[in-house]
Amino acid sequence: MKKNNTKFLAGGLGQLTIPLVAIALLVIFNLIRDPGFFSIGIMHNNAGNIVLAGNLISIINGASELAILAMGMTMVTAACGGQDISVGAAAAIAGSVFVKVLKSADSIGGGTVIGAFLLACIVAMLFGTFNGILVAVFKIQPMIATLILYTCGRSIAYWINGGATPTVESPIINAIGSFIPGIPIPTPVLIVVVMGILFKLLFHFTSLELFTQSVGINGSAARLNGINSTFIKLLSFIILGVCVAVSGSIGVSRLGLINHETLLLDIEMDTILAVAIGGNNLGGGKFKIGGSIIGAYVIQMLTITLYAMKVSSTDVKAYKAIVIILLVVIGSPVVKEKFGKFMSKMLENRKKVSVKGAEES
Amino acid sequence: MQEEVLLQMRHIEKRFPGVLALNGVDFTLRKGEIHALMGENGAGKSTLIKVLTGVYQMDGGEISVEGTNISIRSPQDAQNKGISTVYQEITLCPNLTVAENMFIGREGGAWVKHKDYEKRADEILTHLGIPARSTQQLGNCSLAVQQMVAIARAVDMNCKVLILDEPTSSLDDKEVNMLFDLMRDLKAKGVGIIFVTHFLEQVYEVSDRITVLRNGELVGEYLTEELPQVELVAKMIGKELDELSNLGDTEEKEHKDSEVLYEASNLSSTDAMPFDFSIRKGEVNGFTGLLGSGRSESVRAIFGADKVTGGSVKIKGKPVKITKPIDAMKNGIGYLAEDRKRDGIIAELSVRENIILALQVMNGLFKPISRSEAEAFADEYIKVLNIKTASRETPVGSLSGGNQQKVILARWLLTHPDYLILDEPTRGIDVGTKLEIQKLVLKLAEEGVSVTFISSEVEEMLRTCSRLIVMRDRHIVGELKGADLNQTQVMKTIAGGEA
Repeated sequence: MKKNNTKFLAGGLGQLTIPLVAIALLVIFNLIRDPGFFSIGIMHNNAGNIVLAGNLISIINGASELAILAMGMTMVTAACGGQDISVGAAAAIAGSVFVKVLKSADSIGGGTVIGAFLLACIVAMLFGTFNGILVAVFKIQPMIATLILYTCGRSIAYWINGGATPTVESPIINAIGSFIPGIPIPTPVLIVVVMGILFKLLFHFTSLELFTQSVGINGSAARLNGINSTFIKLLSFIILGVCVAVSGSIGVSRLGLINHETLLLDIEMDTILAVAIGGNNLGGGKFKIGGSIIGAYVIQMLTITLYAMKVSSTDVKAYKAIVIILLVVIGSPVVKEKFGKFMSKMLENRKKVSVKGAEES
Repeated sequence: MQEEVLLQMRHIEKRFPGVLALNGVDFTLRKGEIHALMGENGAGKSTLIKVLTGVYQMDGGEISVEGTNISIRSPQDAQNKGISTVYQEITLCPNLTVAENMFIGREGGAWVKHKDYEKRADEILTHLGIPARSTQQLGNCSLAVQQMVAIARAVDMNCKVLILDEPTSSLDDKEVNMLFDLMRDLKAKGVGIIFVTHFLEQVYEVSDRITVLRNGELVGEYLTEELPQVELVAKMIGKELDELSNLGDTEEKEHKDSEVLYEASNLSSTDAMPFDFSIRKGEVNGFTGLLGSGRSESVRAIFGADKVTGGSVKIKGKPVKITKPIDAMKNGIGYLAEDRKRDGIIAELSVRENIILALQVMNGLFKPISRSEAEAFADEYIKVLNIKTASRETPVGSLSGGNQQKVILARWLLTHPDYLILDEPTRGIDVGTKLEIQKLVLKLAEEGVSVTFISSEVEEMLRTCSRLIVMRDRHIVGELKGADLNQTQVMKTIAGGEA
């Protein structure tokens, strides 16, 4: 049994090695640079609540939308072997719907917020279905299919609120975007945890994981085993739609307003990157949601680290690119194989040495 | 007799974690000979070939070509030293022309003189008698010609040693003969050919010498004419042959009493012409015919693997509608597809996941098989079918062909089908496993499962089936049973010469 466990760990670590090592390196680097970088303080925020604060908290908090989108993107990637580049635009639509409903209510209570969120969810799922049909039924390359919504999404978001950038003021929205009174952990972080648990439950109570991987690895065999791959692909886009609505709503709640031009701008590429850093094959197949979540945190930690080093915001992207090149190259099959060979040689040499040593003694 | 030694491999050793894949294997290839390399799956054939072509580095032993010791560092290196391989799966580019395929990757520079290459290619093609033109798109040629182009490419690279790894597995008889003519031609030109195949008849037809491996060790090297076929099989599987013949030799089982399980009339699909077919409970029948005769297409129509376009189907007398695989599965039909890699295994998933797949699909999305249940199922079938795998969590893609096939069999057995369709379940797998699968088919039939069995080896079908449906040009042209079940009659019916 123990043997099985270690084997399982080795198999699991294979995929998660790169993101975990990346996080570890970033942590060590930051600790050397500034030993106090990760210290967590307790302070009173503007609303008078006791909350946790510090770089670590802002990293984990700031990566929330990215992490949630990465979870959904992982499903689309695994099933379709391609990526959805419209998530940022779709989140702007979902966020606009969210605000539109809130604004239409006389007073914003819990029910209104839930209603607004549900409607945002439905709208995002419909757009997901649109993308999904293009990909699963019409067999269009995911990137091309989602290019449509990527192009027009923010215009649609603009129309929803008549071109305005309305603000919403409500303690509930404030609580979603920052802290729930009495809980020192940022609410978006809690939402990530909830989403993670939901995915875990989804995989536990359905066989979606097995079916998605089968469709992604060998569509032809999956079909001959009775799997409806069109449905599985469509479903992955609908699930991503839910993630889009959640991230869009968080984004809106953070600012208390919807800006259709800037909400989650450029997040699609970071999302895809998070999936890739998480060790998932962008060509589809086997996947680990956990890897993508860690990938999201790697990206955010990198960004915050660069800002902490006083890199100007215009330069940050270039530095980020350098680190990402390194990560992607290290994670590439070629390097992995070379490394594997090197390791097995090292182990062999060590064995030889120990055998020799034993003989000599 | 040319006895000049071309290639000598001595005491080759290759170790994988936990396995000694090659244990001091010797292999000698002489100039101008066709040398068959035989053995069951896992005997070490492919490992030996991969050592020779530089895919693997050997852990011990030496290789010499024409008397000089060489070391082979990579496939490129092997090619430079005159050792070329043509693999089972054609590794050329179908969307390029024949000439481009022959010269790809070894052009002088960025400026390719197409005319020169085409001229050179045409020369080689005529020289070798290959029926293709250099300007033809490779994808438009038959598989056999593609295979031959791959060989032509190898030959033009001044190869002394040509390795053909299962070159005939997707060719029909006529194409095989074309290939054999080419092999004999090359042999006459002094090329040493290593021929790896599972088809015993072909070994006897074309090879001069046979080397047999078993469990990573050398069994021996024999002159083909001095080694009877039965003995070869015995050496390969290391068992006495009685077992082979013990296999329920054409029991004249009549199934007139048992109920008709499946009945199709005028069934057709996008790929299959309308046909009538029925099978009784506990019956084993076969579809035979040449490649392209429509045998696979017909069974695919039964399973709903291609789009069904017409006809009616009854199961146990009740009309049912089967238009897609899931319908067939829900009606108790299982289908092991012809192309294991493309339509069977989910390579990167574990043995466990592959085994439970079909049952899980039947259970549906919302009734997942629990981890512990799945593990129990996997362990059970690994044991029952004697699947050789490191563990149930091993990715199925890393198993040998025969064991992959057993995993897919396990997948269907787990669904407890009433009717199991096996399309070429024994293709490209070793003799021992073939036998196990044949036995399994008979055992299933005894338990009341109906089986349709397709194999390109007629002998195998004669051993297992009590009724053979013969197809030609996409139509059923005959049905053989009882006394008519013999090789001659089958051949006659296939060929169209009604006796």
